[in-house]
Amino acid sequence: MPVVELRGTVALLGNFPALAGVDLTIRAGETVLVRGPNGAGKTTLLRLCAGLIRPESGSATVLGHDLTVERRTARRQVALLGHANGLYDDLTVAQNMRFWARAAGLSSGEASQRTASALDYLGVAGRLHDQPVHTLSAGQRRRVSLAALVVRRPELWLLDEPHAGLDQAGRDVVDALVSDAVAAGGTVVVSSHEMERVAALSPRVVTVSGGMVVDDTAGEYERPAGG
Amino acid sequence: MTPLASMSGRPVVDVRRFLVDVRLVAGRDLWIEARSRVVVAQVVPFALLVLILFGFALDADQRTLDTFAPGLFWVAVLFSALLAVHRSARLEQSDGTLDALRMSGLAPLALFLGKATAVFVQLLALEAVLVGGLLVFYGVEVEDPVLLIVAGVLAGATVASAGTLYGALASGLGVRETLLPILLLPVLAPVLISATRAFDDALGVAAVDGWAWTGLLAATALVATVVGALAHGVLIED
Repeated sequence: MPVVELRGTVALLGNFPALAGVDLTIRAGETVLVRGPNGAGKTTLLRLCAGLIRPESGSATVLGHDLTVERRTARRQVALLGHANGLYDDLTVAQNMRFWARAAGLSSGEASQRTASALDYLGVAGRLHDQPVHTLSAGQRRRVSLAALVVRRPELWLLDEPHAGLDQAGRDVVDALVSDAVAAGGTVVVSSHEMERVAALSPRVVTVSGGMVVDDTAGEYERPAGG
Repeated sequence: MTPLASMSGRPVVDVRRFLVDVRLVAGRDLWIEARSRVVVAQVVPFALLVLILFGFALDADQRTLDTFAPGLFWVAVLFSALLAVHRSARLEQSDGTLDALRMSGLAPLALFLGKATAVFVQLLALEAVLVGGLLVFYGVEVEDPVLLIVAGVLAGATVASAGTLYGALASGLGVRETLLPILLLPVLAPVLISATRAFDDALGVAAVDGWAWTGLLAATALVATVVGALAHGVLIED
């Protein structure tokens, strides 16, 4: 069963068709790079797959759930790293992590254990755990945001520009996360301008333009001429 | 084994879990307020200032202050509630937290009740301080403390529920700062009238049946909570 199956899917932002009839199938265990110019519809595509946007027409199924009627159910198994971090500035790192872990339905003990494990995995230093999020750098916030997703152990990862704001070490951590998520049986969709970095992780490149999938290449990423 | 090694889900219907979620959201909002101290440092002083300034504006003798105290009290509460509601709604507008909440699996109803509970607790604290203000600045006396408390609790519940709903509505329209008072205050007019009448009786400043007005407050609290619970999820989703 495909993890994501879109057939002629149209999604509106206001009255604007941000997705204008997308056909896309993603199978379990795949890592897919979504690329395209700014405004092409990459972020909308990821948000649709996350169940945050209702499909206007066509069909859209994620993890076997029809997004026209079961968006909330689908979301429970999906993690979305968007442009924002989804963290509360006035709470500490540990409080944010605990809140999101408990919101995902984990017991208190499980939340503590997974939180510690995820922060360690993402390389968030112990001295930061009791600091309010607003005191962290952009890169540190990004790592904490990823850690909050790791705690949930989703089946489908949707990462929108996951390398943005990260230093080299942070980018390596994201790459490791993508590899580990797939190794653990998950599926990862990455929207990124860091083509070569993501292409090294992904044999499949989906090109979006004008709200449509215009190319779907299973093969090695080709460096643009002069790039 | 990496922390990604296994999957987990949560049951779709679980009452105990639901109550945990309500407490989780309420606790988070209250904790953030405690850390930021906006209510303590800004909302409560603002409410007390409104109370004092009304007193100056009326340039009143004791009898006039007694007569107007209940109405001024509730006007101060409603103005201050706008700030608390605005703060509550803003929490879900910063750094993509609303999207994260929608992705988290939290039931929309638990989110509504949790946020309304947090606002309710803040309003009760505000009302307690303002009753102290009435006693100190206006020199009023409480004749029926039970009526005062019941009316205060029910009015607080109505304001918290309606405020949480309209806070989400105004936030969704993207003009929350300016639109919220225009949307919310007319809806709360029945609360202002009922709570003022109930306080008239509780403070012994008018011969009215305060408990009858408190019954109306109970009805508005019920309606606001039910409508809020039903509509909030739709607003959050769409």
